[in-house]
Amino acid sequence: MIEVKKIYKSFGDSPVLKGVDASFEAGKTNLIIGKSGSGKTVFLKTLLGLHLPDRGIISYNGQSTAAMSLKEKRQLKQDLGMVFQGSALFDSLTVEENVMFPLKMFTSQVYSDMLDRVNFVLKRVNLINSNHKFPAELSGGMQKRVAIARAIVTNPKYLFCDEPNSGLDPRTSIVIDNLIQEITDEYQMTTVINTHDMNSVMEIGEKIIFLQEGLKEWEGTNEDIFKTDNEAVVNFVYSSNLFKKVRKAYLEE
Amino acid sequence: MNYIKSIGVYVIMLKSVFKKPQKRKIFWEAVFREIDDLGVKSMGIVAFIAFFIGGVVAIQTALNLEDPIIPKYLIGFATKRSVILEFSSTFIMVILAGKVGSYITSSIGAMRVSEQIDALEVMGVNSLNYLVLPKIIATVFFYPFLVLLAMFLGILGGWVSAIATGLFKKQDYIVGVQLDFEPYLICYSLIKSVVFAFLIATIPSYFGYYVKGGSLEVGSASTRAVVWTIVMIIFTNYFLTQMLLS
Repeated sequence: MIEVKKIYKSFGDSPVLKGVDASFEAGKTNLIIGKSGSGKTVFLKTLLGLHLPDRGIISYNGQSTAAMSLKEKRQLKQDLGMVFQGSALFDSLTVEENVMFPLKMFTSQVYSDMLDRVNFVLKRVNLINSNHKFPAELSGGMQKRVAIARAIVTNPKYLFCDEPNSGLDPRTSIVIDNLIQEITDEYQMTTVINTHDMNSVMEIGEKIIFLQEGLKEWEGTNEDIFKTDNEAVVNFVYSSNLFKKVRKAYLEE
Repeated sequence: MNYIKSIGVYVIMLKSVFKKPQKRKIFWEAVFREIDDLGVKSMGIVAFIAFFIGGVVAIQTALNLEDPIIPKYLIGFATKRSVILEFSSTFIMVILAGKVGSYITSSIGAMRVSEQIDALEVMGVNSLNYLVLPKIIATVFFYPFLVLLAMFLGILGGWVSAIATGLFKKQDYIVGVQLDFEPYLICYSLIKSVVFAFLIATIPSYFGYYVKGGSLEVGSASTRAVVWTIVMIIFTNYFLTQMLLS
């Protein structure tokens, strides 16, 4: 479980996070939604330690990151997996080498064991016969699957995804969403996803946090989001006519 | 104020770079890869430039020595001194600052803007140590060999120009090359090459690592990295020459 208390973060004179409180539960897909510029990516990167918060507390399983020793922080990093918006695969490495990289860096397993593990996770994300391809030879959806495989290869306790569906067609987006949810259930990970994709919100949003102008505006589940009368959430989620109709039909039911 | 800040960030960067590598095997693999990318792949251009510059220096010296009292072996002597003291180290390093410096900035910069560096950091990898230290080790240990190669080919270029142009005798040239040989001058040149190699590896890495924005900014960072690396090479050359030769 991840708990966040009153997180502030500014860049120069521009405040981005203005005291965000949130908690993310284990075994659930937790979604962070909000308009562009609402602070979602900064929030996610602050949780990961890529940005240091100006103020506030971030706790992993009850232990504050600020109070952790260097060794504990290093250990925590081994428990984190991240799927970046653009996949962030290493261009000069093949799919197999990309996925094997964390194992080579942080374990003392022999090559055959590492290869078994790599093949297992690649199969898990439905990516076979691509071991020796380079990222540039893969489609966007395949790159995302490699990124997921690399993120879960070390069996992390926490999985973070920054807009995993960006640039993907609706069908591939659903495949990626379902894959993330299945993996979350299977390994009982705490999964935190930044998304703009309303299909993801409806499909896999077991817990949703809506950020607006650096603050948490609303929190609930994908069921609650149909019933909410929070104007900011309604304006954001039901901005398209299609979703307005879906909501109307749901409420009439 | 910005310059002072940049120098501060550069020094802090070096502090992170000079940490113990997290996995020795991966580190040495990276060093050998960098020797190939930054050193071996530059041998062709270094050989080409050194050979022809040596030839041009010899021809220019021959054309400017019109006084019959001045012995012709001075052509070989002047070519040897010019090649050993400046052309093989400073001139070649300025060329490498352009070729290798832009490569380092653009490759690290591309990793920055495509979040590959963030991916390393999330995994718990010291990205500066992983990306920059192998480059420093590769250049600092390999570039002195490139300088030795440039010295040899520069002097050889002068000798070939004697045969090709007939402006001076090759025997005179060889006498001049052998005249007043001082091994310390080779050491001086090699010491300079080590310092310049360090600058070529670290300044472009700094510009690439801290780039912000997209591909346009990476291109602009590459240009600035090359300019600043050359400026620092020329500046350091002045002080090293004072320190080591005066």
